[in-house]
Amino acid sequence: MTTELAIAGRDLSAGSVLSRRQVMIGAAGLTFAVALGRLDDASAATPAAEMTGRRLSPWVSIAGDGTISIMSPATEMGQGSTTSLPLIIAEELDADWSNVRIVPAPPIEAIYGNPGFAGQMYTAASNAVTSYFRPLRLFGAQVRRVLMENAAAKLGVPLAELSTEPSMVVHVKSGRRLGYGEIAAFAELPAKAPEIKPDELKKPGAFRLISRDVMRAELPGKVDGSAKYAIDIEVPGMIYGAVLRSPVEGGGPDRIEESKIRSIDGVIRIVRLPYGVGVLTGTAWAALAARRALDGAVTWMRTGTGWGFNSETGMEAFAAAASNLKVPATEWDRQGNAPEEMTKAATVLEATYRCDYAYHAQMEPLNAIASVSPQGDAVELWCGTQSQSLAVEATAKVLGIPRDRVKLNYYLMGGGFGRRGHRDEEFIVDAVLLAKEAGKPVKVLWTREDDVRNGRFRPITAHHVRAGLDATGKLVAWHHRVAGDRVTPYMDTVRFQQGGGKDYILMRGVELKSYDIPHQATDQLYRDTGVRTSPLRGIGFTANKFVTEAFLDEIAAKRGIDPVALRLELLKNTPRGRKVVERVAALAEWGRKREGRGLGFAFIDYSGTLTAGIAEVSLERGSGQIRVHNFWCALDCGIPVQPDNVVAQTESSIVYGLGMALTERISIKDGAVEQSNFYDYHVPRMNEVPLMHIEVVATDNHPTGVGQMATPLVAPAIAGAIAQLTGVHLRHTPFTPERVKKALA
Amino acid sequence: MPIGFTVNGKAASTDAPPATPLLWVIREGLKLTGTKFGCGTGLCGACIVHIDGKRAFSCQTQVSEIAGRSVTTIEGLSPDASHALQKAWLAERVPQCGYCQSGQIMNAADLLKQNPRPTRDEIVAHMSTNICRCGTYQRIVRAVERAAREA
Repeated sequence: MTTELAIAGRDLSAGSVLSRRQVMIGAAGLTFAVALGRLDDASAATPAAEMTGRRLSPWVSIAGDGTISIMSPATEMGQGSTTSLPLIIAEELDADWSNVRIVPAPPIEAIYGNPGFAGQMYTAASNAVTSYFRPLRLFGAQVRRVLMENAAAKLGVPLAELSTEPSMVVHVKSGRRLGYGEIAAFAELPAKAPEIKPDELKKPGAFRLISRDVMRAELPGKVDGSAKYAIDIEVPGMIYGAVLRSPVEGGGPDRIEESKIRSIDGVIRIVRLPYGVGVLTGTAWAALAARRALDGAVTWMRTGTGWGFNSETGMEAFAAAASNLKVPATEWDRQGNAPEEMTKAATVLEATYRCDYAYHAQMEPLNAIASVSPQGDAVELWCGTQSQSLAVEATAKVLGIPRDRVKLNYYLMGGGFGRRGHRDEEFIVDAVLLAKEAGKPVKVLWTREDDVRNGRFRPITAHHVRAGLDATGKLVAWHHRVAGDRVTPYMDTVRFQQGGGKDYILMRGVELKSYDIPHQATDQLYRDTGVRTSPLRGIGFTANKFVTEAFLDEIAAKRGIDPVALRLELLKNTPRGRKVVERVAALAEWGRKREGRGLGFAFIDYSGTLTAGIAEVSLERGSGQIRVHNFWCALDCGIPVQPDNVVAQTESSIVYGLGMALTERISIKDGAVEQSNFYDYHVPRMNEVPLMHIEVVATDNHPTGVGQMATPLVAPAIAGAIAQLTGVHLRHTPFTPERVKKALA
Repeated sequence: MPIGFTVNGKAASTDAPPATPLLWVIREGLKLTGTKFGCGTGLCGACIVHIDGKRAFSCQTQVSEIAGRSVTTIEGLSPDASHALQKAWLAERVPQCGYCQSGQIMNAADLLKQNPRPTRDEIVAHMSTNICRCGTYQRIVRAVERAAREA
């Protein structure tokens, strides 16, 4: 079992380690205090207890003892941004990392908003590092410059004679040194932030923190039980709540047999909600007992569009529409003239693929605490969210109050994967509505069954793909039609409109940016089944790249050429792509035959990150059971800000992709989810995961995302390996044993 | 009639109904929130604690069953996060979201108590009761191996 880092001379244990006291995540929680009504004022928003010392910018404060507090604008779900983003500031500030404290930023979008999400505070799309990298370097460099200018004045020397060492301004000529804490105490701040030219930023070779590994700030609290998630919070006077939601979006309660619930010890009140039934109780156990009793105690009004939908027949209708070129579609992306070139092609190959619904299964079931003022004009929240902005906005909207009347306390998330960033943040609204009814703080707990049945899923998709080859076998035309359950219009109507009515969550990854195929057309056929859908780790890439890569394998087989050789041919204009393909092929010894085991390959370009993967697979033909023994992955994400974390995120992405490739499947009957817990929704366990071998191909390019980029590699790589073993190409994820047996028959 | 037991070496009691899962008494009653709720059905292992020194799903244990018995939670595994597993978990940078890790560590501690030098296959067999949705399995194996080596 090896995890290899292709970064010379980087000792993983050499990074500095933040102490628990310095980080304050855990005991104090990832929390902050903001005076109600003053959210627009950055200085008021600064939590005095946490942001200690002299405030030198909205991002950085330095105390006399040298403690440097740095704001972290992203929320933490295990991806490591809570460490990576402050680290970028610390690098250009030339801070001594052992004296850095990380402080969660308050929800002030004008200062802390994510440039990758039009300024919203939103942690998703694996874009925190890539979007904040340039501005945070600049902000760090500005504070360093202010410290140096003040030191120059104090020492009476020209600025040009000064340099810095970690947390220290140094005048080499005279040997005099001033610590950052010392300077902060007397520093005068310029009226305008100093201008920093791009070539005044550090060269990658001079980095002391970036591309070295430091201990992730919140990790120590995750091995002794002290890390705080929203579900761990208790608020004085708090009671509990649970909600039974309509099985279908848009439905609402009709009759409620209240006597079945009232008889439970500890039940305070039953609350009719527009979309379900809530119950308020004095204890957590009473809430769970009442929630169980609600099953079967409510009949539903069949309002909403999902009633009657069945995913098996729905999928077949999608497939029929995708493969019938007469059924109208909307253009997603186009290059050259694919329809015409297709008619001129010497050979046209085509195939239809299918991908099922998948569920996030974050380990912490959704929950939130809310406390609403007696007048209903102010609210305080305790929750875990992927978007501080949306948590505040959804709450303000449901209460009809201004956003600055929402006080947000946010915590570590027990997984996100896209589940906690919908515009309506319905799991927070549950707590808000029940707290308003209760007149007390309410902690709403979802059970695992609630989390599955009220899940918002990776959509079902059916794909029809055609390839035109010229007389030499070269791929000249490509046409991919996707019929899929809409996502963006459901999860965020505002972003859907801003994005010109394109469903990018469903469709991203369908285009072939890196491959040399002159004529390409990709089309979308939107279908609204009424099913709750969501971005889910890998978004459209998982389905769309499965289809692309699996179909390329079919083309390679038809042409009788090696799948890796075909990719290298198609990547002739993408040197970084060729490099990861060559590296992974070398790591896996691609050309070496294994007894009873097949190898399959995939390449993905995902938001600037280039990944290639190889799966080593065996198949039990009698049962149809697939086993993945080894998985190799090479990736180029530009500068790896935290290299070991890049490896960790890639391992994580592969395991996630494995579940969607082999076992994870949600089905819908009469609009309702058929699964309910981990016995009928099977996520990978330790005895099912392959040994993973990751190589980070470090380059000096702008850093790009790593949180989900390997997920889409897994299904096509497994399909390729099965094709090598059997000659059969699997076309429907997940590759359950029944489906594999059927395909082999 | 309150039910009395010991948690992390200290006397504790609860007046929760006898059928209440131990998990909720630990978390909401005793405020020991390191033990996590994941599935409520004994399928994920996030709730694993030790009862009289052996692993148990606290979500599947009724509080009436532990009268007079001794419970250890992640908070009681060591006084200062100094257990070999806790140190190994940090050395191998295991946690991602971290939510399942208390259960993973308590489960691994049970394994090492029975079998101080487990093989890789024994580690995998023992630990496959637990789900980590972040997929930190490879690092968990390495951390258990390290703890066995360095303990």
